[in-house]
Amino acid sequence: MSSFFSYLIAGISLGGIYALIALGYTMVYGIAKMLNFAHGDVIMIGGYVAFTAISTMQQPVWIAVPCAIIACILLGVVIEKVAYKPLRSATPLAVLITAIGVSYLLQNVALLIFGSQARNFTSVVPDDFSVSLGSINISGETVVTILASVAIMVALTLFVNHTKSGKAMQAVSEDRGAAQLMGINVNRTISLTFAIGSALAGVASVLLCSTYPQISPYTGAMPGIKAFTAAVFGGIGSIPGAMIGGVVLGVIENLSKAYISSELSDAIVFAVLIIVLLVKPTGLLGKKINEKV
Amino acid sequence: MKKILALVLACVLALSMVACADTSNNGGNAAQTGDAQGNNDGAFTGYIKIGGIGPTTGGAASYGTAVMNAIKLAVDEINAAGGVNGMGFAFEWQDDEHNAEKAVNAYNTLMDNDMQVLIGTVTSAPCIAVVAEAKEDNIFMLTPSGSAVDSIAAPNAFRVCFSDPNQGVGAANYIKENNIGTKIAVIYNVSDPYSNGIYEKFKAQAATIGLEIVAAEAFTNDSATDFSVQIQKVKDSGADLLFLPIYYEAAALILTQADQANLDVAMFGCDGLDGVIGQLGDKAALAEGVMLLTPFAAIGATDEKDIAFTNAYKAAYKDEIPNQFAADAYDAVYIVKAAIEKAGVTDASISCSDLCDKIIEALDGLTFEGVTGTMTWDIETGEPNKTADAMVIKDGAYVAMSK
Repeated sequence: MSSFFSYLIAGISLGGIYALIALGYTMVYGIAKMLNFAHGDVIMIGGYVAFTAISTMQQPVWIAVPCAIIACILLGVVIEKVAYKPLRSATPLAVLITAIGVSYLLQNVALLIFGSQARNFTSVVPDDFSVSLGSINISGETVVTILASVAIMVALTLFVNHTKSGKAMQAVSEDRGAAQLMGINVNRTISLTFAIGSALAGVASVLLCSTYPQISPYTGAMPGIKAFTAAVFGGIGSIPGAMIGGVVLGVIENLSKAYISSELSDAIVFAVLIIVLLVKPTGLLGKKINEKV
Repeated sequence: MKKILALVLACVLALSMVACADTSNNGGNAAQTGDAQGNNDGAFTGYIKIGGIGPTTGGAASYGTAVMNAIKLAVDEINAAGGVNGMGFAFEWQDDEHNAEKAVNAYNTLMDNDMQVLIGTVTSAPCIAVVAEAKEDNIFMLTPSGSAVDSIAAPNAFRVCFSDPNQGVGAANYIKENNIGTKIAVIYNVSDPYSNGIYEKFKAQAATIGLEIVAAEAFTNDSATDFSVQIQKVKDSGADLLFLPIYYEAAALILTQADQANLDVAMFGCDGLDGVIGQLGDKAALAEGVMLLTPFAAIGATDEKDIAFTNAYKAAYKDEIPNQFAADAYDAVYIVKAAIEKAGVTDASISCSDLCDKIIEALDGLTFEGVTGTMTWDIETGEPNKTADAMVIKDGAYVAMSK
């Protein structure tokens, strides 16, 4: 039984990371209606910034973490301005392809600058954050990841529902044209969304690299895809959905590794996704929107 | 709007061109030696061109770099000592980033540059891709460290290191003979031919000689970050030895996470673990006591040849201690030299195909004494016959395990 709990905790830990990344995906999709496939790679760049600050420049954690977050915000806003904004009225497919292009661009720039050798990342979470429950040891990184994802989820929900900018985001999400007619600055709202999404990427980057203490130019790619899956699973566009989707995905992945087959865990995760989408096409918490014809 | 887009595209294009130019510089010119040195030109009747392929960037960079350095060292030594049959060795290296497609491109570049002997490739999967090309050209191909069975699936391909099945069988036998463990857990990479190959043979051999495998946990390249479940299962299985037939990057993560999970078992790996100390960085203490099967260890070497090679390598490369890959590559160059000497080739303008036939003929019955042991070859399969030693990591270095 104790091993079941330790699998569960490990799953929640992994799921917490997915949730944190999925929040960024879902935020941008929910408001700008585009899949920012470069999100995982923004995380990777954030990780490298933190790595450079900590390991190369010997800066303390309280400087390195804000540096990573600010770098991610700047990068996110620049990407939005340069690559996505000119395509605002283009077909969604064009934007999607551009996002994939940006993703490869970031990976290759990182390859060029840092080389593709995986570097050893020093965890930003002090060892004494870890919690012991009987025989089960929960690492400090897990504790911080879960707390951070819950806090961010709550903060985002409050922000979207109770602030002026948040309401503007909802309006843009529902009907971009109508929002513009009501005097909402659509471009600025979407840029703000990207800034927030990228700040989340910054937080995720530091926690991802602390939990799995290595960084390479491909660090963000697979977690990015899994987190995207988690966002779809939970209902893309829904903030609590991303959180739940992430945690459920992490738990399914680890339990299937533990009890079914460690070789097939990824296949099982995606099979579950397909089944969920067949039964409930909008995901667990997705809103059903009737298309007007 | 279109202007901005065009500008961005132009930037991307420019960047990618810079990237290409950069890699070709690193891969090609930086590593050229031999004919670039004017001093020996008068002394030699010509140069036999040795090509090398391996990852000097990327996840397996530490292997490729070691091989490249060691080949350069051996080529320089041989040229300084008067060459072979009046000819010198020229050497050119290409980077493959441990990627099969890039390895084939690297091979084609080298062939365009008149390579006559190929030492490479360094890692198994790219080697499998290159061997198919090398078979067509009938060029003598000697991989220092490509250990998958198919890495030398051509009559003109040979290797210096042990094959994966050899390592799997050898590891099982070593564990049994030296009583290192009885209940064995394995964590392996099911998506990697190297890891999978060793594991399959290890499993078969363990069953034959009566070792009990209590847990066999897999991971893939895509899930090579979170090992908590595998480690927990190893813990629950009551194993007294964890066998890790994997590469060092994943191994470094497993060691870190095993420490967090308070997993306390002995660990045993193959040559892929070589490099784990560097990968762990400031957590290198976690590697203490890890055992690995490898035919060469610089620290604690007693053989004269081993000591001489270690000292020469350290002198040439900023006190870096040569690993097993360097030793294999160093031997590879001397094997080529020994074979050319025995074959009596004196004309450096010989075609790669003719040279290949002569070298293979010479290898038949040749006994080579190198830094990785004394070896002979099975001409049919290209496999070497030699013995393996186990090393244990002590105070951040490899020390030969006393039997």
